[in-house]
Amino acid sequence: MYVAVKGGERAIARSLDLLAEARRGDTALPELGIAQIHEQLRLGVARVMQEGSLYDEELAALAIRQAAGDMLEAIFLLRAYRTTLPRFGYTLPMDTAAMRVQRRVSGTFKDVPGGQVLGPTYDYTQRLLDFQATGEVSIERADEPLAERMPRVLDLLDAEALIEPVDTQSDPQPVDLTREPLMFPADRATRLQNLARGDEGFLLGMAYSTQRGYAESHPFAGEIRMGEVDVIICPEELGFDIEIGSIVLTECQMINQFQGGNGLPPQFTRGYGLSMGEGERKAMSMALVDRALRCDELGETEQAPAQNQEFVLSHSDSVEASGFVQHLKLPHYVDFQAELSLLRTLSEQHARHTTNVPEPIPAQEPAEAAS
Amino acid sequence: MSHEYNFAFLDENTKRMLRRALLKAVAIPGYQVPFGSREMPLPYGWGTGGIQVTAALLGPDDVLKVIDQGADDTTNAVNIRKFFSRVAGVATTERTGEATVIQTRHRIPETPLREDQILVFQVPEPEPLRTLEPRESETRTMHALADYGLMHVKLYEDIAQYGHIATSYDYPVLVNGRFLTSPSPIPKFDNPKLDRAPALMLFGAGREKRLYAIPPYTRVESLAFDDHPFEVQRWKEHCALCGSGESYLDEVVTDDRGTRMFVCSDTDYCGQHRTEAAA
Repeated sequence: MYVAVKGGERAIARSLDLLAEARRGDTALPELGIAQIHEQLRLGVARVMQEGSLYDEELAALAIRQAAGDMLEAIFLLRAYRTTLPRFGYTLPMDTAAMRVQRRVSGTFKDVPGGQVLGPTYDYTQRLLDFQATGEVSIERADEPLAERMPRVLDLLDAEALIEPVDTQSDPQPVDLTREPLMFPADRATRLQNLARGDEGFLLGMAYSTQRGYAESHPFAGEIRMGEVDVIICPEELGFDIEIGSIVLTECQMINQFQGGNGLPPQFTRGYGLSMGEGERKAMSMALVDRALRCDELGETEQAPAQNQEFVLSHSDSVEASGFVQHLKLPHYVDFQAELSLLRTLSEQHARHTTNVPEPIPAQEPAEAAS
Repeated sequence: MSHEYNFAFLDENTKRMLRRALLKAVAIPGYQVPFGSREMPLPYGWGTGGIQVTAALLGPDDVLKVIDQGADDTTNAVNIRKFFSRVAGVATTERTGEATVIQTRHRIPETPLREDQILVFQVPEPEPLRTLEPRESETRTMHALADYGLMHVKLYEDIAQYGHIATSYDYPVLVNGRFLTSPSPIPKFDNPKLDRAPALMLFGAGREKRLYAIPPYTRVESLAFDDHPFEVQRWKEHCALCGSGESYLDEVVTDDRGTRMFVCSDTDYCGQHRTEAAA
């Protein structure tokens, strides 16, 4: 005798216990501390803050621990928390020219004012697994400190009128994508906001496709810089600026060739990427995709996926994508049953049809059959 | 780091935003209203739209029922019901007749709904034209012009190829003679229950950030042709548990030799039917 499946509630409770046990692992080992995570896994923390849209190293570290290191789950946890936070106001635009630079490289000039600064990078590590525990590192101080304010490489080109100018005055107030739905066509500020929250892997793949002939835009890494930037608010009721702290940002400005079009002369154009914490791969990918998405504005033919804003922006978000892909594991009995009965009808019909097709030609009329 | 969540999780400003969008949806039956969908503590695709609508509706005196596939005891229904009893402390029920708000995925209860009840649908894809035209900018224009030729051609091609319309769930409807609307992935068996129903029906698509509504007693027409009228699923079998020949049936595989049994997908209806039969 069939008994209807009951006890979903108990099954869920047991599953949560199993998850907690699996997450904790061997209890003979101490539990990871939040500080250990944000000190020693800082790049993971940066990614979770960036795609979780919340700059808080401790909460990001907590989310990573709770998610057992699954970054997309940690991002989801942080987003779900963030959505409950009140919005006090908006900061003034952040001045990345005043960044206290820890790393700054340009692929376009051998040397630039302020110099090339490698900073902490995996670029030249040779990727040999290091089997030794990390010992104490002694840092040798530079002879002179870095310049306090490094001019942006692209501003140097701007002075020569070789690159499209940026008119900060004409920059419209951006919509807040966490409060307003994404509508198409989306302007550049909205697109950048979407890309900033977008999944790093997705953006990396889209960016890569632009380098392999799908919306080729001949990019150069004009400048990548990483360091601390002050966060400033100007409360309406006070009317003066207050510095409320500083956050680490990675900024990438790509320089792309442009043949001219849409009434614009041949010149270099810009692609822009920005990421919280150290997020160079993300910032570079974002800059390439940003440039590809500017095809309409620059009069370029839209022919590749990376240029299609509905395609890119509707599918960039890992929380949306992961939820919808994985919702397929929810019960679909009802729809499946509907499809089953439809398919049974169709297949009966097909069987009748195929048995009907080679209808034997009546034997009594051989002459007609021969003609 | 502990803190108290607001009643029904969402803050009051967000609820107000949702209620405004819902009022607009009720004013324009079947029209998809874009709204500032929030990130919920449940995954997108798992009912975040329905949850936001329910959160905007619930008051302390409401009685909530949550079903998935018609059943109260499927894991996701259990989880959503638990979520609301945790963050709103509202009473919950499995009885269709006792609920004031019913959140559902993929079914409309068999027990007819009343004027004092609201049915909230979880919607994965609010755009009925999406599979025919993926671009949002295009589909919005098509709705604005009531240009639904594409859908009619699709249904016609089904008939030309299979002899009948090959859509068994999420069967497109025309609401109030104006907007082509997705009834959410309910089986077409449930479509007739949408037409001129006494209960308010609200649809929430969280990931796609759209809300829409079918107000009470609104005309809802399942698309069809004069010579190919709309038909619902029928079974030769009756429910093996309650004997109903009226309800939508789930097929259950009972062994590996092809034995099947059929039972009501609506667990509350089935249970009541059995009680009545026993009495």
